[in-house]
Amino acid sequence: MKHNMEIDGIEVTFSEGETILEVAQRHEKEIPTLCYDPRLEPFGGCRLCIVELEGARNPVASCTTQATDGMVVRTATDTIEAYRKTLLEMVVSENREVDVSPLRGYAAGELADLRDTYAVNSTRMAGAKSGSNKTEDDNPFILRDYELCISCYRCVRVCAEQEGDHAINVMNRGFHTQITTEFDGLLKDSACTFCGQCIQTCPTGALADKKALRAADEVGDAIPDKTRTICPYCGVGCSVDILTQNEKIVGIHPAMDGPANQGALCVKGQFAYDFVQHSDRLKTPLIRGDDGELHAATWEDALDKAAEGFRQVNAEHGRHSIYGIASGRAPSEAAYLMQKFIRVGFGSNYIDNCSRA
Amino acid sequence: MSNPLVDMQKPEVIFCIGTNMTECHPVAATGLKKAIARGAKLIVADPRRIGLAELSHLYLPLRVGSDTALLLGMAHVIAREGLIDEEFIENRTTGFDEFFEHISQWTPEWAETITGVPARDIETAAMWYGSANKGAIYYTLGITEHICGVENVQSLCNLALMTGNIGREGTGINPMRGQNNIQGAGDSGALPNNYPGFQAVTDPEHQAKFKTEYGREIDLEKGITKVTALELCGDSIHAMLIDGENTLLSDPDREHCEHALRSLEHLVVIDIFLTETAELADIVLPATAWGETDGVCTNTERRVQRMRAAVPPPGQAKPDWWIICQIAQRLGFEGFDFDTPKPVFNELCRVSPIYAGLDWERIDKSEYQWPVPHKEHPGTPRLHEESFVNGRGIFSNVHYRDPAETISDDFPVWLTTGRRLQSYHTRTQTGRAQGIDYLLPEESLEVNPADLETWELTDGEWCKMSSARGSINIKVKATNRSPRGTVFASFSFADVPVNLLTGSGYDPITHTAELKVCPVRLEPL
Repeated sequence: MKHNMEIDGIEVTFSEGETILEVAQRHEKEIPTLCYDPRLEPFGGCRLCIVELEGARNPVASCTTQATDGMVVRTATDTIEAYRKTLLEMVVSENREVDVSPLRGYAAGELADLRDTYAVNSTRMAGAKSGSNKTEDDNPFILRDYELCISCYRCVRVCAEQEGDHAINVMNRGFHTQITTEFDGLLKDSACTFCGQCIQTCPTGALADKKALRAADEVGDAIPDKTRTICPYCGVGCSVDILTQNEKIVGIHPAMDGPANQGALCVKGQFAYDFVQHSDRLKTPLIRGDDGELHAATWEDALDKAAEGFRQVNAEHGRHSIYGIASGRAPSEAAYLMQKFIRVGFGSNYIDNCSRA
Repeated sequence: MSNPLVDMQKPEVIFCIGTNMTECHPVAATGLKKAIARGAKLIVADPRRIGLAELSHLYLPLRVGSDTALLLGMAHVIAREGLIDEEFIENRTTGFDEFFEHISQWTPEWAETITGVPARDIETAAMWYGSANKGAIYYTLGITEHICGVENVQSLCNLALMTGNIGREGTGINPMRGQNNIQGAGDSGALPNNYPGFQAVTDPEHQAKFKTEYGREIDLEKGITKVTALELCGDSIHAMLIDGENTLLSDPDREHCEHALRSLEHLVVIDIFLTETAELADIVLPATAWGETDGVCTNTERRVQRMRAAVPPPGQAKPDWWIICQIAQRLGFEGFDFDTPKPVFNELCRVSPIYAGLDWERIDKSEYQWPVPHKEHPGTPRLHEESFVNGRGIFSNVHYRDPAETISDDFPVWLTTGRRLQSYHTRTQTGRAQGIDYLLPEESLEVNPADLETWELTDGEWCKMSSARGSINIKVKATNRSPRGTVFASFSFADVPVNLLTGSGYDPITHTAELKVCPVRLEPL
């Protein structure tokens, strides 16, 4: 059943259970958020998404307030925008830096973007800072740069709600708030699986992709190119964006709209990508020489020899002496042509793939 | 999978058997965790106390290779307690009366003697699954990598059929596929029994179709499986073309496998690294890798998706499809004059009824799950909603069989093998990714702490592990994940080649190796 409400003077419909923020976003209203991740339960921590609700004494957080019939909402009055700017001034004043490398994570630029939108440049809030870095954590994947933390709890919640791991928690309150693991130890000694979801939801880059940041100098202020593809590991088929700079893979972002993963990844899909540009890659064809060793060769020679070998074995032993094994890792075009090679070439069904082991 | 991945959040009761999902399919496991948070009950059957077992409401620690007995016992209880879906059985299945008769003898008390799982827990599992309006089964290689893999799968089908837990949201029989395109490789016809799109090579209609399509006579009988082909190397098989598989490390009984490949007159390997398998080849052809190759893959829920190139390949590496075409053209084979992968995929769609509604453009947004029989079809997230492909669901009167080898005085310990979260298969990829070693630097043998003394082992020290096929040295790690009398190792590390030991037997129908069961002996070094 459809319900009606009014947002900024426009009559809109909504479904049971939707929040004001969800209804507004569906109608392309830009309401700022910092603690909001659409995949997580609403939290109402950052207060940036406040809106005026007719009949309510104070502004309400639109992310935690469910839409009800007949509501009249104003999303961007002068008062609301002034509140938001003050809130952002306070948030920005706490952090060592706001302009962080896009390599830190998928959402790492959210705070900087809002600061620009609201033209926050005053220093009137300068003073107390919270969060201290966990420099002793020498893990190779997740940088724990808590001086940039704004206590939005997105990392805590993604780890609990999305991953079900509960590895990240909160210690203390107020200016002493510290995001950390149980017993304030290393991630390696916690329930962390290094899936990287915390670095991808962090809106300030406080939790950051340490592996991607190795390319920080190379990338500089540039925005790396993104190519949408599917993770190379298991059969779940998570959608990912490969980040590239100067023909080099510098990192991976989960695709938030990936149908199989909806933004989730595991340690392999998130961090185990650099085999691709590893120095061990085969770069030329190889032919086994008379000395019994493999030697670099031209494509012409290698393909001629590959074909000649099949021709000879076919002539000598017949078409049932040749067998093909297709890959479960290569694309379907490879598997299709492997079976076609055997069926068209030798008229047999002597073809299989690696699914039996 | 009969059901889409999004359904993983929907069941009331989830039955996971032989799947270490939190390590092998971690992202899929997040769906199950959400279902549990929402109140679903989780039953986990696995010899090892894996991560899923820790999340479960009922854990059934069965002895390796005893799955069929457990599932027969559960079927017995479901029938005895009247938890069957009579309407579903009447309308959608065949053979229930004989099956009902068959399972009356397989009591949970009998199953306890085989599996070691208390009869009471088998009853509880059966009651939960049998009573659920939405009960879903998830399994992986812990079910199939046995000499009785087919019976294990049939036993799971029996449970779903008798309770009507199939063809609806949050139900189904859901095998999790292990490689990014292992589903696509089968879809594409790289199988000895099927043309592309799972069209049986023994069906006269398909034979006629591909005779026309491929312009020649093709054998009317099935081909041999890879397992048989490796057996026959040097005997009747003399040449092989292997694309992107490290057969030597991934397959059972490494010595046998190496001997087989060495006895070939002509071995051509296409790969991205000089793998242990490629090192045996006469010709090695460098392929483009993930991130460098445009193409299509199909995931475990039958979703057909595009992979895209982001960077150029190193040196002279070329796409697999190009390499295969070049060899074929040099041999004078017709139908290999492709310049891009797009027409190759479109040809696959044209000859495969399950892909008939797809083409290169239509799969751009990952929207379709096969079968997609025509262009107007929206795809099929859920199989078997109205009917089964072959008409009615068939009950199978399976019997329990012992593994190919059982423990003895010489080999008194059960070894079971598998995978770990941080490494993938034979580590040709994860072994070359920086940082992974920080999390998992080496392989170790997981041994129950109480067993250390029995076999005179020390936690953290090396031991010698032997089977009927050979011996390896491996470091001991004491952990309660392993039950008494059973040890575990992955086959990922080349310096601890666990598949030297495995290979005791194969499922007679699928030729899948019994990689999950291998009696061994442990000695301190």
